[in-house]
Amino acid sequence: MRQEWKDPLNLIITGVGGQGNILISRLIGEAMLEDGYWVTIGETYGASQRGGSVASHVRVSKNTQQGPLTPEGQADVILGLEPVESLRMLVTYGNSKTHVITNIRPIHPMAVAIGEAEYPSLEMIKQGIGELSHQALYLDASEIAIGLGSPLLANMVMAGALIGSGLIPLEGERFEHHLQTSFHKDKLALNLRAFRMGINEIRKPVEVDPKKV
Amino acid sequence: MSDIAVNAPKTSQLLMGNEAIARGALEAGVGVATAYPGNPSSEIIGTLAQVAKELEICVEWSINEKVALEVAAAASFANIRALSAMKQNGLNVALDFLANLNLTGVSRGLVLVVCDDPGGISSTNEQDSRHVAKVLDLPLLEPATFQEAKDMTKWAFELSEEIANICLIRSVTRISHARGNVVLGELPLRENHARFDTSRKPYASIATATPPAFHQRLHRDLSRIREIYEESPFNWYVGPQDPELLIITCGSGWLYSKEAVEILSRQESVGILKIGTTWPLPKAFISRHMLRTKKILVIEEIDAFLETNLKELSVDLAPGRSLTFYGKASGHLNPFGEINPDIVIHAIADIVKVNYVSKEVDYQKKCQRMIEENIFRRELQFCAGCPHRTTFWAIKDALKMDGRDGFVVGDIGCYSMALGSTGFSQIRTVHAMGSGIGIASGLGKLNSFGFDQPVLAVCGDSTFFHAAIPALIDAIHSQSDFLLVVLDNAGTAMTGFQPHPGIDMSATGDASLPIDIEKLCHALGVAVVVTDAYDIKGTTQKFMDLLRIEGKPRVLISRRECNLIRARREKPLYKVQVNPEKCIGEACGCEKFCIRVFKCPGLIWDKNTKKAKIDEAVCSGCGVCVEICSQEAIVRE
Repeated sequence: MRQEWKDPLNLIITGVGGQGNILISRLIGEAMLEDGYWVTIGETYGASQRGGSVASHVRVSKNTQQGPLTPEGQADVILGLEPVESLRMLVTYGNSKTHVITNIRPIHPMAVAIGEAEYPSLEMIKQGIGELSHQALYLDASEIAIGLGSPLLANMVMAGALIGSGLIPLEGERFEHHLQTSFHKDKLALNLRAFRMGINEIRKPVEVDPKKV
Repeated sequence: MSDIAVNAPKTSQLLMGNEAIARGALEAGVGVATAYPGNPSSEIIGTLAQVAKELEICVEWSINEKVALEVAAAASFANIRALSAMKQNGLNVALDFLANLNLTGVSRGLVLVVCDDPGGISSTNEQDSRHVAKVLDLPLLEPATFQEAKDMTKWAFELSEEIANICLIRSVTRISHARGNVVLGELPLRENHARFDTSRKPYASIATATPPAFHQRLHRDLSRIREIYEESPFNWYVGPQDPELLIITCGSGWLYSKEAVEILSRQESVGILKIGTTWPLPKAFISRHMLRTKKILVIEEIDAFLETNLKELSVDLAPGRSLTFYGKASGHLNPFGEINPDIVIHAIADIVKVNYVSKEVDYQKKCQRMIEENIFRRELQFCAGCPHRTTFWAIKDALKMDGRDGFVVGDIGCYSMALGSTGFSQIRTVHAMGSGIGIASGLGKLNSFGFDQPVLAVCGDSTFFHAAIPALIDAIHSQSDFLLVVLDNAGTAMTGFQPHPGIDMSATGDASLPIDIEKLCHALGVAVVVTDAYDIKGTTQKFMDLLRIEGKPRVLISRRECNLIRARREKPLYKVQVNPEKCIGEACGCEKFCIRVFKCPGLIWDKNTKKAKIDEAVCSGCGVCVEICSQEAIVRE
């Protein structure tokens, strides 16, 4: 079965500085370049390490090099490492056909931490993402990552979720092969585990709480 | 991962624009590469430093941009190809040398890459460096793609040798910090032997002739460069024979323009002339295209540099011919801030009179509601465990207790964020590298005018070396009254932890001779005290003591390694927890003091228990917040 992919395919990987979305954008981009794509990665950010919003625009095409920024309303897939950041990208770059996969673990900005602003409830975020997207998938990648020993692995769990979702033309095996050439041995095993747990998590059948039915 | 040292011609890599520039320099056989770090330029030298040993080239983080360019120029004088890279602010520092170097010329290829930062994403300004090429009569190139960033850099060395002068490349954030496909070329074998030719006429614009004679030579050379540019592969046209609208663009504008024309389906009526050689402009080549249209839209980042020069060129084009220019002057493009695909789409749509909406009305309305209800701004803040937080905490307390309306003048680095609430809004001025010391020194000389407020100047360790030393010497010489606080976090943290002259390691990881700031201050004859930034009480006391001394400069070195550097090497110092028995939450009366005032992102409020809590995903384990809680509820193990 060969699927026809939209061209260019616009993926936005977003999060907060320090969450490692730039690293997974780069790994995904490199793996796709090896598969023969033109890949462009641009970033919009406040600050890379210091608590600001960071989004990587990963734009892939079989035909030509794309620009580093996605035009408004043209995102096909938004992968969020933080829920409000997913929503932030969606309101600018989303359209009614956009797919969203997001980590549900919030990272509070200073204004929320000090009580000057409220962090929206997960229900409100889900409602917003639901209204503005074609399909939305949620997972607690941070919880999975902490279970593996480090919250920093959430990015790799999310990479697994993205590739496991089948929303971009990149096979899990291809990506794993690329990880093997990119990571030091001592870090590889754990990253591979996180990646595979992300794939499994996103492919789980949705459980319905019988009490709520 | 990308490897710019691999000799695998015709293979592709996903390179960052800055890596592509570095690779281009390697393909040109660069021998010496220098810079002072500054975003968006830092990765050029950062990448070259990583491969320097393997390829036997000399790469250094220089003390500042002027020295960086001088070191690179010296290599060129001694027959070695060299490159220097800097951000737009850095060009100002190097400008004094550059504005003389252009007159003397160079020997082997010398390339200066300046990375501009439209929108000032990681800068204090967004100045457009291209004007410098025009002012100094030097050739300018602007890459539009990642491939071109590599190819242009390589060719710039050839052009430099052809005209025996320095060649400028202007990149922007969206090229330098973005990634794209780059097909590699061959890496040459190293062949140079460094030697300064003493039989050659001196590199000086005086003595052998007068400055105007050298200036005249520059103008002659510009004509030659123009001729070379007429045939340049970095300039091209796509579109119909006689376009209704001709877009003329450079740099990041090329990919935006191409996409915009496609999105608007105007390939049949709108043409794009992409110019890579933006000074001097290839007059004949551009004129040929301008004569085929009546409307021209110029797309470029920051100033109307290309636009103004094209207008100038069009005056001679064809007398009586009416050409309408659109761009920054007409208001179709912003002459400040970044441009982006949507700005370009809307500019074209307006001129060719088509309707374009990026989102349907209903969808847009929902987005707007969502922005108002649920989306907050993420303010920049010091990282968890940042030693700047504790130093500014001590400054805040000391100035309050001192009670004479003292204040802090700032400088360039992570600590500039103390303008905001993360640093308790302590900083009152921020300008250029080292300027805080000069301003503090100036304020400290106003006592005869009745000025009696205590003045503190803060600067980082890297900034201290870059530009603070002359101002400090000035202050010592004139006995200006202020306290200099050196926030020594053992690296150039803001730009990616590059070493500086105070570090015992070079850009390439070799041992180097560190300059001790404390000893240097002693040698200069200024009183100097050292404190551990994590010791809040001790540091506050030292501030109090130093504020009491008057009538001369004093120095406090607040020392503690950047926690991000430390965390790469070691486990956290402590496991920090809030003891829920001791934290009495809302009943405390402190009104969440630890969270609301100290503002470390590792401390959060637990809505359920209504008590403070450590966010284990964020806490770096520095343990300093233990000192903040009046109930001693925060514990470290």
